[in-house]
Amino acid sequence: MKQLLKLSAASLLVVGALGVQASTLSDVQAKGHLSCGVSKGLAGFSSADSSGTWTGIDVDVCRAVAAATLGDATKVKFVPLTAKERFTALQSGEIDMLSRNTTWTITRDASLGLNFAGVNYYDGQGFMVKSSLGISSALELGGAAVCIQAGTTTELNLADWGKSNGIDYNSVVSDTNAQTLSNYEAGRCDVLTTDASGLYSMRAGSNDPSEHVVLPEIISKEPLGPVVRQGDDAWFNIVRWSLNAMITAEEIGVTSATVDDVSNNPERERLMGRSGSTHEYVGLNSDWTYQIIKQVGNYSESFERNIGLNTPIGIARGVNALWSDGGILYSAPFR
Amino acid sequence: MKKIILDSLGQSQHRGFNFRNLLYNNEARAFFFQIATLLIVIGLFYTAIGNLFENIEARGIHTGFSFLKNRAGFDILPFLGNYVVDYTPESPNLSVFYVGLINTLVVAFIGIILSTLIGLLIGIARLSNNYLISKLAGGYIELFRNIPILLQILFWYNLFINVFPHPKQSFSFFDLAFLNQRGLYLPKPIPEEGFLFVGIAFIIGIIAAYFIKKFYKKKHELTGIHTSTWLYTATLIIGLPIIVYLLFGSPLQFDYAILGKFNLKGGMAVVPEFLALTFALSVYTATYIAEAIRSGIEAVDKGQKEAAAAIGLTQIQSLKLIVLPQALRVAIPPTINQYLNLTKNSSLATVIGYPELMSTFGGTVLNQVGQAVEILGMAMLVYLVISLFISLLLNYVNKKMAIQGR
Repeated sequence: MKQLLKLSAASLLVVGALGVQASTLSDVQAKGHLSCGVSKGLAGFSSADSSGTWTGIDVDVCRAVAAATLGDATKVKFVPLTAKERFTALQSGEIDMLSRNTTWTITRDASLGLNFAGVNYYDGQGFMVKSSLGISSALELGGAAVCIQAGTTTELNLADWGKSNGIDYNSVVSDTNAQTLSNYEAGRCDVLTTDASGLYSMRAGSNDPSEHVVLPEIISKEPLGPVVRQGDDAWFNIVRWSLNAMITAEEIGVTSATVDDVSNNPERERLMGRSGSTHEYVGLNSDWTYQIIKQVGNYSESFERNIGLNTPIGIARGVNALWSDGGILYSAPFR
Repeated sequence: MKKIILDSLGQSQHRGFNFRNLLYNNEARAFFFQIATLLIVIGLFYTAIGNLFENIEARGIHTGFSFLKNRAGFDILPFLGNYVVDYTPESPNLSVFYVGLINTLVVAFIGIILSTLIGLLIGIARLSNNYLISKLAGGYIELFRNIPILLQILFWYNLFINVFPHPKQSFSFFDLAFLNQRGLYLPKPIPEEGFLFVGIAFIIGIIAAYFIKKFYKKKHELTGIHTSTWLYTATLIIGLPIIVYLLFGSPLQFDYAILGKFNLKGGMAVVPEFLALTFALSVYTATYIAEAIRSGIEAVDKGQKEAAAAIGLTQIQSLKLIVLPQALRVAIPPTINQYLNLTKNSSLATVIGYPELMSTFGGTVLNQVGQAVEILGMAMLVYLVISLFISLLLNYVNKKMAIQGR
């Protein structure tokens, strides 16, 4: 009887505990690391090298948040997720944030119990075909088989686009980027469609990049950004402003090399937490922005290091340039 | 339970009711503890489910089944489910559920038939007196049983799309059927007016054949004269529909696949995802079925075979009439388990993108809608119902076989 009572009391405690939720920030600080959901491997955005080190612009957002909250950009536990798994992993609390080339849409924002904390890459859906097909426009694709990744907005965009342009196609769906690419390379389909950034990344990873052309049509808006669970506004602020700190740092010309030199510039002093008390408002140490820029760099550094023109992926800044440089990248002011 | 308690209470009352007696009464104690355990289990479930809904609400996740009516908005690889449901991206999410369900069922159905045939063949071959045949069968079982099924599915799929040629260089069978890396293209039958009668003739043929067979079986039992009936059966089942077909002036047209700009167009395409999945599942499950058949045959007493030989039955007759009926009785229960496994394993198809239940409804719809509890609940229910149905069906068969024996 005693045993039974003990057992049932213990089980009740376990079940009861599921209902209690601590704040994500204190969770992360107690664990000593940040669990960040990333892709299973998309070069330039989030991919692991042979030694297991993750790099990419999505990875840099994770690292920035780790630098801000834990003071150490390396204290991130990366959780590779397929497109289908990502939201459930975040909803269930398996990860603290998601930074996995995820498109911000109203459905996801409003019905999944999630919040998008900003945009770290403005993307759009495009098509890639083999050069040998001799096709120059997506409008010539009637009757083609299209390789596509399951559980993405691209599936919906493609159906809309096909309908409005009167183009019928067969969609060949796979679970991972890798299988999508291997299907396309083997010839299971004629066309590969995903976000243009993904196409460039896949082309760079193929055996002979010159065999593939990315068609000029961009058929959708795909703002990609980090995602957090709804209901923890303090954590939401931290993620959003960690990203904003990187963008603002580029605006005012602070890089990881020059971050120690604030040279009496009021804007820089404000960003670096030397004046004002913005750090208290977000509940972090006064050097949180300093740690981000010092350890991860500003947005431009992250972009050029991972996907810029001097990398194999070779994407120009384009719309992802700062608003002051003709792009649409814009951070609310640090004040 | 109730009766025993009353009895024991009655007994206590007989001696004058006493709480101590009740406390030390074994029956009453057992009853109390069972009720207590049941209440605790119910309480735990109640709390867990309550917590679940509370958490879902607290996190602002949308709940309910209204998403089933919303427009799906995405395309599914055209296969059987699409044709049956007439699916387009304009269809609601509920149609996606049906498409996935049909595609799952067709894999399970064809997989079960194929794996049984292969399993039966290999199981018998395993016991062959021919050294080469029995070793080959043994090798087959050891090879395919010991490689994870997920790996086998991926292997066959990638092999298929890499080995077969591009649609422009398809293997052609007299320009009627084509095989290439995008699937097997068969002529698509288009029934015209009058074809219904061919179907009716076919059914009549089957019924007539059944009665003829029954008649001669009875004759055999009464007189001992054995008559071979396969000629009558074949004439009735195949010949009758053909005669009706010709009488109505061939009321069936075929739509053949032709080469379009990118792909073969028209016809009936059997996609490589289906071929690879069904093949992998059948080949894998057949190894277990073969072992079940082998153990069944080995369980039949040696004397039975000797007796069959003694009364002059041929080897085939002995196998068909004496050994297999007894062997199947032992082999059916483990085989049922394998059918269930095959059905459940079909959900691994998500890795190659075959549009079955878990990759369409449990995958894409889940991702677009995000209501994991409802969607996965529905999917689980489907697998549960299919599994229960299969085991019900085969338990019935099993029962019938067992009674006939003794």
